[in-house]
Amino acid sequence: MSGIMDKNHETGPAVGGELVIGFRLAALGSDAVEPAPAGLFAPNDFIRIGRDGTVRLIINKSEMGQGVYTALPMLIAEELECDWKSIVVESAPADLAYVHTVWGIQGTGGSTSTWSEWDRLSMAGATAREMLISAAAKIWNEPPSGCRAENSRVINAAGRSLSYGELVETAAKMPVPKDVELKKPDTCKILGKPQHRIDNRVKVYGTALFGLDADLPGMLTSVVAHSPVFGWKTAGFNADKAKEVPGVKEVVLIPTGVAVVADDFWAARKGRELLEVVWDEGEWAKLSTEGMRAEYRKLSATPGIVARKEGDPDQAFAKAARRLSAEYEVPYLAHACMEPLNCTVDLKADSCDIWTGTQAQTANQLAAAKVTGLMPEQIRIHTTFLGGGFGRRGNPHSDFVVEAVEVAKAVGKPVKLIWTREDDMKGGFYRPMWYDRISAGLDGNGYLTAWQHTIVGQSIMAGTLYEGFRVNNGVDITSVEGAEDLPYAIPNILVDLHSPKLPVTVQWWRSVGHSHTAFVVESFLDEAAHAAGKDPFELRRSHLTGKTRHRKVLELAAEKAGWGTPLQDGRSRGIALAESFGSIVAQVAEISVSARGKVRVHRVVCAVDCGGFVNPDTIEAQMESGIIFGLSAALHGAITLKDGRVEQDNFNNYPVLRMNETPQIEVYIVPSTEKPGGVGEPGVPPIAPAVANAVFAATGLRLRVLPMTPEAMLNAMKMTSSD
Amino acid sequence: MITLNVNGKRYELEVPADMPLLWVIREKIGLTGTKYGCGKALCGACTVLIDGNAARSCTTRVDSAGGKEITTIEGLSEGPGHPVQRAWITGDVPQCGYCQSGQIMQAAALLKKNPNPTDEDIDAAMTGIICRCGTYNRIRRAIHTASKMMAQGGAE
Repeated sequence: MSGIMDKNHETGPAVGGELVIGFRLAALGSDAVEPAPAGLFAPNDFIRIGRDGTVRLIINKSEMGQGVYTALPMLIAEELECDWKSIVVESAPADLAYVHTVWGIQGTGGSTSTWSEWDRLSMAGATAREMLISAAAKIWNEPPSGCRAENSRVINAAGRSLSYGELVETAAKMPVPKDVELKKPDTCKILGKPQHRIDNRVKVYGTALFGLDADLPGMLTSVVAHSPVFGWKTAGFNADKAKEVPGVKEVVLIPTGVAVVADDFWAARKGRELLEVVWDEGEWAKLSTEGMRAEYRKLSATPGIVARKEGDPDQAFAKAARRLSAEYEVPYLAHACMEPLNCTVDLKADSCDIWTGTQAQTANQLAAAKVTGLMPEQIRIHTTFLGGGFGRRGNPHSDFVVEAVEVAKAVGKPVKLIWTREDDMKGGFYRPMWYDRISAGLDGNGYLTAWQHTIVGQSIMAGTLYEGFRVNNGVDITSVEGAEDLPYAIPNILVDLHSPKLPVTVQWWRSVGHSHTAFVVESFLDEAAHAAGKDPFELRRSHLTGKTRHRKVLELAAEKAGWGTPLQDGRSRGIALAESFGSIVAQVAEISVSARGKVRVHRVVCAVDCGGFVNPDTIEAQMESGIIFGLSAALHGAITLKDGRVEQDNFNNYPVLRMNETPQIEVYIVPSTEKPGGVGEPGVPPIAPAVANAVFAATGLRLRVLPMTPEAMLNAMKMTSSD
Repeated sequence: MITLNVNGKRYELEVPADMPLLWVIREKIGLTGTKYGCGKALCGACTVLIDGNAARSCTTRVDSAGGKEITTIEGLSEGPGHPVQRAWITGDVPQCGYCQSGQIMQAAALLKKNPNPTDEDIDAAMTGIICRCGTYNRIRRAIHTASKMMAQGGAE
């Protein structure tokens, strides 16, 4: 891997790591927008080549595990023709130069990083390469057309060569060329071929810097007492006992609660335990999952705002040979990133430096500017590695960043805000709870002729800075994605939506709306197949009219899984297909159910068409990751409320998948030259329905509520036997 | 005053006796490779070796660790790395990477006691450590790889 990381490890792993470098440079100010110093070739905002040949790439997407610190450098390196080992990655500062090419603000999410940067970064690499070639040609006094670049050297027809490091000064003086030609796909050396992750080394030697590892001279640590009920405010507090804890420096009121500020985490936490807070109890003290379920269920029986209408569903249902209906429900889910939320702030009179693992630099910058009264450009965001993101670290309100800035403002010293695991899990911004009522009409041949799907759940986008372009005529597109854009040819469709308002905060959670719609749609299709006496794979295939890519993915998964072939005793298969974020994924789950109702997933076969791709190993890793993440939710995950309070607080009562429950996973990538899609999220949606469909095949029991816990399974068994 | 021996170095520290070892290592000694994940020995991100045994430093009182030999991820290897670390790199195990220090320390402890573990042995040893990115299958493969490396003489 990179030379600098190697050197650091040899000279002492404790302070090694590429991001240390990023930290230090960034702490001195944003070098990306200042003129490059002598001895540095800085042809654009993404590439810095030094005299020693080190190629420093400034990457504007946050690395949260999805592999952007490898995939995006691959795009640049392919065109730059640089030595892969000479690359060092640095996180970009918050700056206009680094905004998302589609969103117009800086951030990472929506499985968009690779496709949205493909052209810009390829062009950045190609431009730099042409300037290096021109520089060598100038030195040799010959036309550039006779020179080529390879492995960080420019070589001429006679075989003379100069290294990139030697060309730095001359290249820096060359004009930036326009209309540079990109390489043809058949001449690519890096793209489409597996590359080892650039961040492997720092992550196995313990030197990668995450937000929680930020350290500033004189820094204090803070934990905050938050309201136990969503929507309550602080009425007053008594900090006498808290202040007796050695190390506790200050206890301050901030808009989101009461902050205990101390020399270290342990003192702050102890102080908070002794803090007495009086809450101004509002109206939500009786809110419960049970009550919400009843309300949602009632709403689902009434017409909502229409998200999509095709044909004449009423008439089609009246004419259908067979009609079936069902109700589905999924709970609130916490992201539960392994690194609890945190943020470090150094606020001065005319600047504010923020170190955090964030997916939303621009939103953070604007939010911090509002709290401090500074200009957005005075807010410097230093993006660290993210110990998981899954959407949570792209909070539209910048909740954890704003809270840290509030504490720093109150105490006037550098502060690190730490949320404990309990704070993180009870802190809201969950995947919404959803209730769905769904009906299908079938003709005499078992084809779907009518489809109606009513969705009830909170809007994620309403009230955020993204409302304007994600909510149309009252329909939050993320509430109905995957439901209103079915790939299946059904002539009469109605999809409608209720978006109740509640104090529980909600947010995008890996695969957003698809995390629930795929479960409902793909489970219900399975119900329709069984009702029609058809094979679930065949029913899907026969309705994918004109959807060549979807059919291919579905067929590939079925073929590799041995769909239709005998299984060992007690095992069953289920299949599901979902398109999300520009990619199509089909999965076949092979499961068994124990006498005690425990669902065991033995094997998952996954086929994916994500269009043209950069790093096949990343795709495989992201499919594996999405499947495990989705299984955690399918089998275990639920955030519930009682008396207004969240009932879960740590991994004992919010279990996630562990090694002993992990299935064998096989990933098959469809070779493709289609427009690139995303891979971070699309692995998640199909797994829950694939498992639920396999459970039906195994037991004849249709689980329409997630998670599929042993209790839910045994209840379903009891209900069937008492029928 | 508590005396700690971390990665072969002695530290004399003025800290409360009930402070978890994790926070002493991270905030007082400054070795941040050991991670905070749950504070209740539920996730294993904080795993270190105490006298060669894997231990959850988030629930280990600092006063109980005095005089013992503590090894963190930073002290696991010299030079090219422990076979487990090398296997992690060649197998592209990490994603976000936050849990990997704990995973690696646990795997190193496993291989020390059981140089040739079966899948069941790996399940039993590794199930205490959560990875939200779902790198479990790669961890399993990498442990087998490290086991082979060690058998072929890739000493620590």
